[in-house]
Amino acid sequence: MLTQKKVGLRLTLAAAALATGVMVAAAEPPASILSVCADPDNMPFSNEKGEGFEDKIAALIAADLHADLQMTWRSSRRGFLRRTVQSGACDLVMGVPAGFPSVASTQPYYRSAYVVVSAKSAHLNISSYDDPALRQLKIGLPALGAEGANTPPAAALAKRGVVGNIVGFPVFGDAAGQDPQAKIIDAVATGEIDAAIVWGPIGGYYARAYKNALVVAPAPVDAVHPEIAFSYDISLGLEKSQTALRAELDEILIRRSGEINAILNEFGVPIVGARAAEK
Amino acid sequence: MFDSPRRQRIAQSPRMNIAPVWRWTRPVAVAIAFALGALLMSPDARAQGAGASWTTPAGTLQGTRFSTLTDITSANVSRLVEDFSFSTGMRGSHEGQPLVVGTILYIVTPFPNKLIALDLANGGKELWTYSPAVSPYARGVACCDVVNRGAAYANGQIVFALLDDSVVAVNALTGKQTWRTSLGDPHTGMTMSGAPIIVGDKVIVGNSGGELGIRGWVAGLSLTNGGLVWRAYSTGPDVDVLLGPSFHPFYAKDRGVDLGVTTWPTGNLWAEGGGTVWAWLTYDPELNLVFYGTSNPGVWDPDARPGDNKWGASVFARNPDTGEAVWAYQLTPHDNWDFDAISENIAVDLPFNGVTRKLLVQFDKNGYAYTFDRATGEVLVAKPFETVNWSTSINLTTGLPALDPSKQSHEGVFTNNICPTPLGGKDYEPAAFSPATKLFYVPAINLCYNFQALKAIFIRSTPFTGADLSFVPGPGGNLGELVAWDAVKGVKTWSIKEPLPLYGGVLATAGNVVFYGTLDKQFKAIDATTGAVLFQTQLECGIGSNPISFTGADGKQRIAVYSGIGWLPGGFAGGACPTEGWGGAAVAGASTSGVLHVFKLP
Repeated sequence: MLTQKKVGLRLTLAAAALATGVMVAAAEPPASILSVCADPDNMPFSNEKGEGFEDKIAALIAADLHADLQMTWRSSRRGFLRRTVQSGACDLVMGVPAGFPSVASTQPYYRSAYVVVSAKSAHLNISSYDDPALRQLKIGLPALGAEGANTPPAAALAKRGVVGNIVGFPVFGDAAGQDPQAKIIDAVATGEIDAAIVWGPIGGYYARAYKNALVVAPAPVDAVHPEIAFSYDISLGLEKSQTALRAELDEILIRRSGEINAILNEFGVPIVGARAAEK
Repeated sequence: MFDSPRRQRIAQSPRMNIAPVWRWTRPVAVAIAFALGALLMSPDARAQGAGASWTTPAGTLQGTRFSTLTDITSANVSRLVEDFSFSTGMRGSHEGQPLVVGTILYIVTPFPNKLIALDLANGGKELWTYSPAVSPYARGVACCDVVNRGAAYANGQIVFALLDDSVVAVNALTGKQTWRTSLGDPHTGMTMSGAPIIVGDKVIVGNSGGELGIRGWVAGLSLTNGGLVWRAYSTGPDVDVLLGPSFHPFYAKDRGVDLGVTTWPTGNLWAEGGGTVWAWLTYDPELNLVFYGTSNPGVWDPDARPGDNKWGASVFARNPDTGEAVWAYQLTPHDNWDFDAISENIAVDLPFNGVTRKLLVQFDKNGYAYTFDRATGEVLVAKPFETVNWSTSINLTTGLPALDPSKQSHEGVFTNNICPTPLGGKDYEPAAFSPATKLFYVPAINLCYNFQALKAIFIRSTPFTGADLSFVPGPGGNLGELVAWDAVKGVKTWSIKEPLPLYGGVLATAGNVVFYGTLDKQFKAIDATTGAVLFQTQLECGIGSNPISFTGADGKQRIAVYSGIGWLPGGFAGGACPTEGWGGAAVAGASTSGVLHVFKLP
């Protein structure tokens, strides 16, 4: 509610300035806003309270720009980019795969991978999707929906006919529920499933609560289908024409990489490989 | 000061929930006229077409979208002029249609689903607006624009679904809510965008959100108090799907115990199996059956859900009082292409091999036009109305499509030139039927697609891999087509090629005129017999809605349609219209929202 009031005030002032022709004195830098679209219920990435690591990184970037951070909440479902940066609803979205075609993406600020989360006591060691053990285990996967889109591990398993022992976990929650993405990791801890194969930040963040009881290991790559990537560079996404802002953000991501790494570390995000921003 | 859009945004203020507001300025005369003319009226279930009012989404419960009014004819339609227009105040796709009850016209807007009452006796002046509090969360959830496909009227109440999985009934005179029932939680990905129908004392509605790992259903509510009477799921055991002793599918392929579980891999995939009911329902009073189709099965890639995946992509016939199914037919087993079977099922009686038969006609996304015996579910005719190559034919003995294995899509495998596309040979936009010409008028889409290499997408901040679909024009190069279809012979009688896909529905009238709108802003009237274009006018935005007809307070025929398209259909037409931009002074005269246009003869 505070945010709404603040924005309302800003609008009123801007409108008044326009209406009366009042110009802001040149010496006084105009107040600026960095507008970020993010999902309101998607820990560990973001939530409406600003508790996610993407929220913290967005705040860091806004501070570097001497801008006020304005969050616009949009559920990250189909059409997210069209409803956000592409429509001008905000300046940027966090967490886009580097080089994603429909936006201008910045320097990557981290690289993570799909991970297998299992109980330490189970001593799983899955190094291939052809491992016969995968046909016996109860495996949790995020159940997304969107027109046949799969996580890369789900695709690798489906190609091998490993489907009957898959348990789907909705990635979207309900109003009363806990963080929706936590459930799949909780299910490993309770023994409801033997393993969860999830995107690294989700596995890393939620497994921490179980301390040493859970193991987070990189998911295997698919040797038969090398075109499927299991790790991704992650960037900020902007509307394609925003090249000047992108250049500015690139500099900030490099300059602030130490602080960004600290935030990622604080949230248990598994980092893999060399990050392009450090090259 | 406004040089950089980044630094000095004119930000849209966050959406606030607005408490319901009712204006009590309604002239008494209107109330009296309304009460005398219409308050006790309900849809005439046996009428061939709509009359002075338009009280159910398709004009008739049978889904014909046919008006019996004859003031406007093929001889005079070229003289149509605008009677009045009304800006709805909402952006996004206006996919439904208004209702008219007596001398009041009702508009349900896209999210946040306001109900606006206009006084036809007073130049379309606004009488009141009912503004429900709709969970703003639902706005971010809806897959494909925050649309609403319209309301239904009976017994003095306007009933419609809100995007946040609520159904509301509003007093048609006062604009005061009489009940509100929540049927789900938008946080789970479920929304409601379809239009209800009212059958007797039941409101029948379905859910949306099949892309998001939810389970589809249809529900029957009490018209009196909104209480849930029954709910029939599209997947799961027979007890959930309401398949009991009265269930007799025509084809062996659709018979068996708990097919909603056994046609899925072991495990719980069926529980996230889609099969939502997000567009239209129809009803035949003689058989007392409600008909509807279900969306594509979910979740994941088809390779991950081997089996027929019942009851995705299926048509159901159910008893509206109990929800029990009488028959079902799966149109596309193991849907590989996003072929929702959500097109309207139009109930008509036509001579078939010399005998008048009770038929049910559906123009499916999979490109086939199905003519069923609506009592039994037998497929009498199944012929392509647009280019189809995923299958070569439908076997009328087994009910199964003959598949072309080279057009099955598998992740990571290039497959070129699959027709139709996930948008279908026809999408949600409803067809019309004229009992005079005995033709169906089908708003069709002529596209094929290439299923290409994996591409990374990200949803929920997680990189996923999906197929890259590139759409290509179907044969002829036109992306859309208005098809006049003979459902007895299974042939295209004639058609009008349209440059863009048709995303709005069709109206047929007893004046032998057919009306439809296009994404490139044209509102057209054509001769119902020949297809000759008789009238055409350009609106301010593209049209993705369904025209209706009714009589004004002067007793003369009117035609009404909405303009306004959101980002999904706007993708074909240079973007959403009005544009979803930011701040700045509006261009003089430009529309800032969807607009209702009402036409009449001069």
